[in-house]
Amino acid sequence: MTLIATAPPRVVDRRSARAFVDTHVVPYADDYDRSGRVPEDLLRQVAAAGLWAPFLPPESGGAGMDLVTLGEVHEEVGRGCSSLRSLLTVHTMVAWTVQRWGTPAQRERWAPALAAGDALGAFCLSEPGAGSDTAGITTTAAARGDGWVLNGVKKWTTGGQRADLFLVFARTATSIGAFLVPREAPGVEVRPIDDMLGTRASMLAEISFRDVALGPDALLGPSGFTAGMVLTGTLDLGRYSVAAGSVGIVQACLEASAAYAAERRVGGKALAELPLIQAKLSDMVTDARAARLLLAEAGRLKDAGESGTLMATWIAKYFASTAAVRHAAEAVQIHGANGCSPDYPVARLYRDAKVMEIIEGSNEIQRITIAGQAERETTS
Amino acid sequence: MSNTAKEQILDFVRGRYPQAEIDETQDIFALGFVNSLFAMELVMFVEKTFGVTIPNEELKIDNFRTANAMAELVARLSPTLAVA
Repeated sequence: MTLIATAPPRVVDRRSARAFVDTHVVPYADDYDRSGRVPEDLLRQVAAAGLWAPFLPPESGGAGMDLVTLGEVHEEVGRGCSSLRSLLTVHTMVAWTVQRWGTPAQRERWAPALAAGDALGAFCLSEPGAGSDTAGITTTAAARGDGWVLNGVKKWTTGGQRADLFLVFARTATSIGAFLVPREAPGVEVRPIDDMLGTRASMLAEISFRDVALGPDALLGPSGFTAGMVLTGTLDLGRYSVAAGSVGIVQACLEASAAYAAERRVGGKALAELPLIQAKLSDMVTDARAARLLLAEAGRLKDAGESGTLMATWIAKYFASTAAVRHAAEAVQIHGANGCSPDYPVARLYRDAKVMEIIEGSNEIQRITIAGQAERETTS
Repeated sequence: MSNTAKEQILDFVRGRYPQAEIDETQDIFALGFVNSLFAMELVMFVEKTFGVTIPNEELKIDNFRTANAMAELVARLSPTLAVA
């Protein structure tokens, strides 16, 4: 057996993910944020580390990583850079969906490329007039011959500037269907969206589909009422990854704030000795741990195939994203004017955290969903 | 058809909607109970409980309308389970 000495170590668990992120991501995340993109070099390193879709089974090019571990890995990536984690999230959604709902032919065509990072995936749901309210989707897929013709505009597509394969949700005659659309298909046009509030390096795009002709193999999963299930399942995994990334933001806020408070002195005392600062740090510690446990529970239920994972994931994402916003604001506060400057990462964490409350189902949708379940289960 | 499968499915549906009186022949879609979240939960429950994978072509609304229909689906996917 030949070992290539220079090959970077594979990411197989939290520890190796942490090492990867501390080496390749943390020192550069503010640069990515400023330049508005994750560089190709990092995308290649992510591929070399086996990070794109390690949850795929080995026969599809993955490592068969369980979802509890995947959550830990995405937390670590989110601790370093929410933009990179966002790219990982949408790619994860596409790769998982191909594996879960794809035909053998679809899996064979796409899964190995997605696992290797040779084809980057992006998830196209939101439109100029429809976000968390998916009932408002106007993109259409019309049956023509034995294939489909796609028309519409998708907006806020994370990774859209870079992705090779789009998972597009479109209205069919009977329901919302999921379609695999290669970037090079004629009629696909990608327009970058820059200068967002947060996750500024996640390479968002608006994507137009103008009479895009697709074969019968473009439809992923069932048609009819159950097609909505593909969307539900895909969003569930995306939500899980965003929850993980939000835990990572809280952890990053904690680490930055604790380090700053230990060093910075005011009136002859370290900030860390002031009770009001201690209160903020203690809340960060507690919420990081609570959010991590909620995430782990959602992951455990996923690995067990338990349907309870869907609600557990909603709750984990709701808790973690709101905690991230709260603690990122406090992290900036602890840093004072330095926190508002480009010299510390907390300003980026603050902006990135806000995005977490909006994507993969806004907080308002989350609260409606969580409350809906409570109401159903307690009304008698 | 396995009564056990039917009963387990009914228990699951009733657990999610304890205020409703649902029997094995009632169309839970017509009753307005099923949103996409619950539909996915139903599929995951059936797959986990009975150790089956529901292929795309069986993911049809008619297979999920009633506890009877779901139990028949389970029986088709897992004939040995049905006679057990």
